[in-house]
Amino acid sequence: MDKIPILRMGAFLLVTIQVDLYDRLALNLEADLVQMVNKTSAKGVLIDISAVSIVDSFMGRIIGNIASMSKILDAETVVVGMQPAVAITLIELGLPLKGVHTALDVEKGMNLLKSMIDDFDDDDQEVDDDGFIAE
Amino acid sequence: MVLSLSKDSIMVLREQDVVLLRNRIKEVAVKIKMGLVNQTRLITAASELLRNMLRYADGGQCLIEVVSRGRENGIRLTFSDKGPGIPDIALAMRDGYSTGKSLGLGLPGTKRLVNEFDIKSKVGEGTTVTILKWANG
Repeated sequence: MDKIPILRMGAFLLVTIQVDLYDRLALNLEADLVQMVNKTSAKGVLIDISAVSIVDSFMGRIIGNIASMSKILDAETVVVGMQPAVAITLIELGLPLKGVHTALDVEKGMNLLKSMIDDFDDDDQEVDDDGFIAE
Repeated sequence: MVLSLSKDSIMVLREQDVVLLRNRIKEVAVKIKMGLVNQTRLITAASELLRNMLRYADGGQCLIEVVSRGRENGIRLTFSDKGPGIPDIALAMRDGYSTGKSLGLGLPGTKRLVNEFDIKSKVGEGTTVTILKWANG
């Protein structure tokens, strides 16, 4: 059985999806990741999907689920590296991934996570019209 | 007039077959020089239909065809299963409707991603969905 590794980096968890996802794999990742957030009391989760060429409605929903589940465990989720063709397809499919923070690459994603956690400590979050947290 | 240039049939019975089929479609799409965005649209659409087939009908068959119309080339995919069938196709095609626990984006979303979409279903006999994507359409 394939498994997607979850790396710990300080207060953050780092997941790089390097294989083509199928449903069972995505569901396992969801369960593993939420358990890891709990176990390590991580403050943020960074998911790199730059190697993922297909995100359909099921995987989109899993990504949304991971973000919401982490959120209620007090961790922020940022999805980074989405391919342009995947973004086009997701919107046309009708899945705008509302409530999921995104960044272009891992570095920007890390900065976004750090700033979100700092902001949260200050209890002062700046949310723009789309519901995304501005950098 | 749409001509069929090549045919390839694959059985899909397990989730892992989905990855195999996606790769096969990708190969064919690259061969006919389909653009990356259209490739992604087609494979995502196929992925949605395959999931439906696995969830509601325990799998089925997928026919991959390279088709041509004049100077245009495209890929036609036919998914046929012997599942329970869809009693009300108009309802199933509506955004947000689902009998399972999904978002209900599968069928209407798939239709938005491809150039041609056709669904035929008979309760108790099965469902056949045909989609077509032109290389530059």
